[in-house]
Amino acid sequence: MQTVKMISTGVMPVLFIAIIGYGLFRKINVFDAFLDGAMEGLKTAGKILPALVGLIAAITMFRVSGAMELITRFLSPITSRLGVPAEVLPLALLRPISGSGALAVVSDLFRVHGPDSIVGRIASVMMGSTETTFYTLAVYYGSVGIKDARFTVKAALLADLTGMLASVWACRLFYGLI
Amino acid sequence: MNYVWAGLIFAAYLFAAWNGNVEAVTQGALDGAKNAVEMVLALLGMMCFWTGLLEIAKRSGLTEKLAHLARPLTRLLFPKLRQDGAAVSAIVMNMIANFLGLSNAATPLGLKAMGELKRLEGETGRASDAMCMFVVINTASINLIPTTLITLRSAAGSADPFGILVPVWICSVLSVTVGVTAVKIFSRKDARRGLCRR
Repeated sequence: MQTVKMISTGVMPVLFIAIIGYGLFRKINVFDAFLDGAMEGLKTAGKILPALVGLIAAITMFRVSGAMELITRFLSPITSRLGVPAEVLPLALLRPISGSGALAVVSDLFRVHGPDSIVGRIASVMMGSTETTFYTLAVYYGSVGIKDARFTVKAALLADLTGMLASVWACRLFYGLI
Repeated sequence: MNYVWAGLIFAAYLFAAWNGNVEAVTQGALDGAKNAVEMVLALLGMMCFWTGLLEIAKRSGLTEKLAHLARPLTRLLFPKLRQDGAAVSAIVMNMIANFLGLSNAATPLGLKAMGELKRLEGETGRASDAMCMFVVINTASINLIPTTLITLRSAAGSADPFGILVPVWICSVLSVTVGVTAVKIFSRKDARRGLCRR
């Protein structure tokens, strides 16, 4: 725990001081540069808002509709063949669309099974090795007005699927079969 | 994106009708919209702060230096981009932030990179190969230490909160590799199709 704290509290100050210090060293007007950059940040934030509203609304609708439970029930016979415990299936489905939702599922799995159980470990690795894919897609493409994402969704979900299955198999390999 | 979005909403109502909770889904739309605004507001300060710092790093030549160090990697991932251009240096800064687990910094830097990529591509509304690659890398997680997760494990009373690090790294690398390979294959396919049409 100590090391994580040290790293997370240490990285930021080092970056701040290094960037500003190097700017001063190279005789840059650092405050002017900062203001110009910050103005650009403000514009970008405005640009991502419509895309985020649209996508997060759709994702929330999907999540509360109970679709997850049905899909889980439908998929679990197939995924259990691949060695995926039924307990972590909702997490695998939720992870790409909702980061806070997935975190809530992980913490619930920790409470029920314990963080050091095989389910707890698989959930941890899944959570740690994947990202909130659809949020990232919405924010990144939304900010520059891309309508045609081409094959991005396909490729990103393929990567997610790999991460999910690898989490299960890596945990089985590392911590023994259940 | 078009069909994904419409599909999510239609599927939501379809499942809701099945489960008898149509009202909850409509409420979900309103909650989601509200959450999105709150999310942007929460991001706004960090966003301005980091793009401001990045501008300093850019003018002082710091980003150029870092981009130079990362050149073997960026040349492999983004062969079509000018390796000493603004887009590549923003991409490198985003990757560094991701790697260090500075998600507050990674998003603003990533959006800055998207802006630069868009400038190269023009107003087509279509994602370029480089954009696809960059977004897929960002939807996969390349993170040295997943701080939130380890804090959560420790809070749940784990005897070994760090124990999952090595499998997390292995799985991250596998998933990123598959994503990158998929982008390479799909974009090559698209290019071939484009040639035939012409």
